[in-house]
Amino acid sequence: MESFKLALRNALRHRLRTGLTVLGLVVAILAFGLLQTVIDAWYAGAEGASNTRLITRNSISLVFTLPITYRDKIRRVPGVTGVSMANWFGGVYITEKNFFPQFAVDPKTYFELYPEFLVPPEQMKEFLRDRKGAIVGRKLAREYGFKVGDVVPLRGTIYPGTWSFVVRGIYDGAEKSTDTSQLFFHWDYLNESAKRTMPKRGDSTGVYVVRIASPDQAAEVAQAIDREFRNSLAETLTETEKAFQLGFVAMTEALVVAIRIVSFLVIFIILAVMANTMAMTARERTSEYATLKALGFGPGFLGRLIFGESLVIAAVGGAVGIALTFPVANAFAAKMGTLFPVFNVSPETIWMQVAAAIVVGCAAAIVPAVRAGRVRIAEGLRAIG
Amino acid sequence: MRPVVEIRNLAKSYRRGDQVVQVLRDITMDIPAGDFVALMGPSGSGKSTLLNLIAGIDTPDSGELRVDGTDIGDLGEADLAAWRAANVGFIFQFYNLMPVLTALENVELPLLLTGLSRSERREHAEAALGMVGLGDRLEHYPSELSGGQQQRVAIARAIITDPTLLVADEPTGDLDRASAEDVLNLMDRLNDELGKTIIMVTHDPHSAERAHHVKHLEKGVLAD
Repeated sequence: MESFKLALRNALRHRLRTGLTVLGLVVAILAFGLLQTVIDAWYAGAEGASNTRLITRNSISLVFTLPITYRDKIRRVPGVTGVSMANWFGGVYITEKNFFPQFAVDPKTYFELYPEFLVPPEQMKEFLRDRKGAIVGRKLAREYGFKVGDVVPLRGTIYPGTWSFVVRGIYDGAEKSTDTSQLFFHWDYLNESAKRTMPKRGDSTGVYVVRIASPDQAAEVAQAIDREFRNSLAETLTETEKAFQLGFVAMTEALVVAIRIVSFLVIFIILAVMANTMAMTARERTSEYATLKALGFGPGFLGRLIFGESLVIAAVGGAVGIALTFPVANAFAAKMGTLFPVFNVSPETIWMQVAAAIVVGCAAAIVPAVRAGRVRIAEGLRAIG
Repeated sequence: MRPVVEIRNLAKSYRRGDQVVQVLRDITMDIPAGDFVALMGPSGSGKSTLLNLIAGIDTPDSGELRVDGTDIGDLGEADLAAWRAANVGFIFQFYNLMPVLTALENVELPLLLTGLSRSERREHAEAALGMVGLGDRLEHYPSELSGGQQQRVAIARAIITDPTLLVADEPTGDLDRASAEDVLNLMDRLNDELGKTIIMVTHDPHSAERAHHVKHLEKGVLAD
């Protein structure tokens, strides 16, 4: 207890130096937390995936579609309890900057397979009734100010022309991690137009969403579906929804790895700064350590003083950095709009920040503590602080 | 009177680069309990080194060094630290107080190594500070005290554990004449009234006059 009191007071001896070190720690811990949250956001789609949903797509590439006739065949595969479909639309809302995902879906079945999308029943009824109707997520609605009844014009890129959708409902997420930045509209509406203007794209869909009875059956059912369409013109690749989402992450794996490396580099840099602070501090106090040793205090006491001081600085910097992570992450998410559909600071990130602060505090104190323990009293007493 | 310090054929050398510098050679002397000894000599004569050896903060190359019956040359680092804590009180030229601790906390510091409770430690420290005339400066930090007052705090810290030996390295070297007199008077009192054995290194003949015996060192050898 006495050594902690002494460590605390020592930490406040050079207020400017300690303050600047704490500031550096705050920035580092905050940056580390934000970068980890960006990585989490990258994986949010995969993390939010259901383990009872499979995705069936064209085995060649997602660019190629699957015939609508596959739907009934998939439904008959043992273990399948529901089938729906979704088609990437890729429209532009006013300018390319306003990116958000839009899918043409089978309205009746799609929302049954995604119970985490919560739509008020009366809005769902209106959506099903209106062929040009659309359902938008809460985050998307908030971002662009969409309200029920608003018309959302989209300029088609894959499907040329200007498309107008009437917002008939706004869905909320059942979980905090549910993506509410999407827009869904009727596949029929898309198909009718596609058949006229792009006959090759008619009567087809990008993916089938397949619900299975039990996660244990995932591999077996996926194989059965793909077997069904082997040697056809459009062979399929069926995988769990999580694997499907991770496939997208894998396309940008290098970027994720780079962000991860940078996040740890930030911690390494602040560790070097902190170690330098503690080394300077310990060097200045050589005479005091020699005095304490002369009085009979051992290397353990000196170690506690140095580790205590380092950990106090790291704890303050870490605590402030963690506390700031939440408002800064919220501001960052608001600025990013719908680019990161889910941007939540996870408990794991907080624990990693805590661990980083502790590691920095401990690691920075090791060398000064060892050196202080080895100070030769007679020489140390002659040292000038 | 039995000697509290017994030194026989003590030698100490230091290595400076490739050179070995012989600092002390064949030192033999006894210091009786309750004595007040001044070690004098020019710079580099080895007087501070001899004081460090007697205080157990350095170890001899050869010879025998017994303090109060303990051969401190044989003690390991941890045992020597414990021995110092119990047997030696240090008074340094520049006081060597902890700047972040009050006078009371500085004096209390050596008692952290004892089994005394917090209130007992405080009681002892207050008494020690009262003895050196600083009973009204308990909560002052070193920076709020004059040089003479700081040295008196250091003396209170030196006597708080009731050590066998008080070692003082130029205790008045950083003080003005009046403060130096106060400190020397205090050391006289500790010697006279409490019977403390004091070994003091000094350059100052006036300070040395307070000692009962003066030992001169010349080039690492006792001159008388």
